[in-house]
Amino acid sequence: MDIIKAIEQEQIRKDLPEVSIGDYVRVHVAVKEGNRERIQVFEGTVIGKKGEGLKETFTVRRVSYGVGVERIFPVNSPKISKIEIVRKGKVRRAKLYYLRERVGKASRIKEKLVPKEEQ
Amino acid sequence: MTKYMLGKKIGMTQVFDEEGVVIPVTVIEAGPVAVVQKKTIENDGYNAIKVGYLDVPEKKLNKPMRGQFAKAKVPPKKYLREFKTDEIDKYEVGQEIKVGDMFEAGDRVDVSGISKGKGYQGVIKRHGQKIGRMSHGSKFHRAPGSMGSNTDPGRVFKGKKLPGHMGSEKVTVQNLTVVRVDNERNLMLVKGAVPGPKGGLVTIKGTVKSGR
Repeated sequence: MDIIKAIEQEQIRKDLPEVSIGDYVRVHVAVKEGNRERIQVFEGTVIGKKGEGLKETFTVRRVSYGVGVERIFPVNSPKISKIEIVRKGKVRRAKLYYLRERVGKASRIKEKLVPKEEQ
Repeated sequence: MTKYMLGKKIGMTQVFDEEGVVIPVTVIEAGPVAVVQKKTIENDGYNAIKVGYLDVPEKKLNKPMRGQFAKAKVPPKKYLREFKTDEIDKYEVGQEIKVGDMFEAGDRVDVSGISKGKGYQGVIKRHGQKIGRMSHGSKFHRAPGSMGSNTDPGRVFKGKKLPGHMGSEKVTVQNLTVVRVDNERNLMLVKGAVPGPKGGLVTIKGTVKSGR
């Protein structure tokens, strides 16, 4: 078992900030187009996290042109170049699936105000 | 070159490749194996290399086994296996073979192991037959179904799929890709699942499939 832990540990990324549920984030992902690589930014609310360790993933939801779009990212994916946390959210649930039924004003999330010394 | 290795299944995990795609892998602790005997056409009628794997205290072995290791001047091993090859000149008795000598990332391999024992199982699980409907007064649920015809032939044909012992048999998975080879830690990562429980002995060979 320790061998598997060691293999997983090698791949875990420590350079990315930890996202939490309800955060509004900008995820910079490398996208391959033919043989050219460019960075694409996916912006939205983190509505859930799943798994642990190397296998951990998080789901980002945004509404674009009236259509809800959700993308699931592996936390340790080498494709992610940067994660920006734009706004911390104050939520009381681990999965924000209720946002799927809400649009506009109803889908707002309260902002979590972080004390200055923690920033 | 004939590729052959013995190993122990450690378990499964996942790795990211250069593209960032997740690959499910089985971790195998492979080798090192020691050459115990060289079989030649003159002596034995065929060319093969006999290898031993996994160190074990000498008292665990019986006398005929001990004798083989004493003759080859190799520390006692738990498993002895041989593989056919015509390149017996490349190996010396007593030589240690590591994973890196045999395999590299990108190779295609066949992996055999003894599958997990399932005990006495019915026809649904053992042969994948369909289940009867559970409702509407149906009295046919998980039974094997018809045994055959009537007076002619008047018997059940051989090979009829029936309940019985399942698992604990040799299973080979063909054409798996070697994702990574770690010669220092004697590790090998193979894409996909491999038969047997964790800690079970697995045999890794170069694939018989023609693609590679």
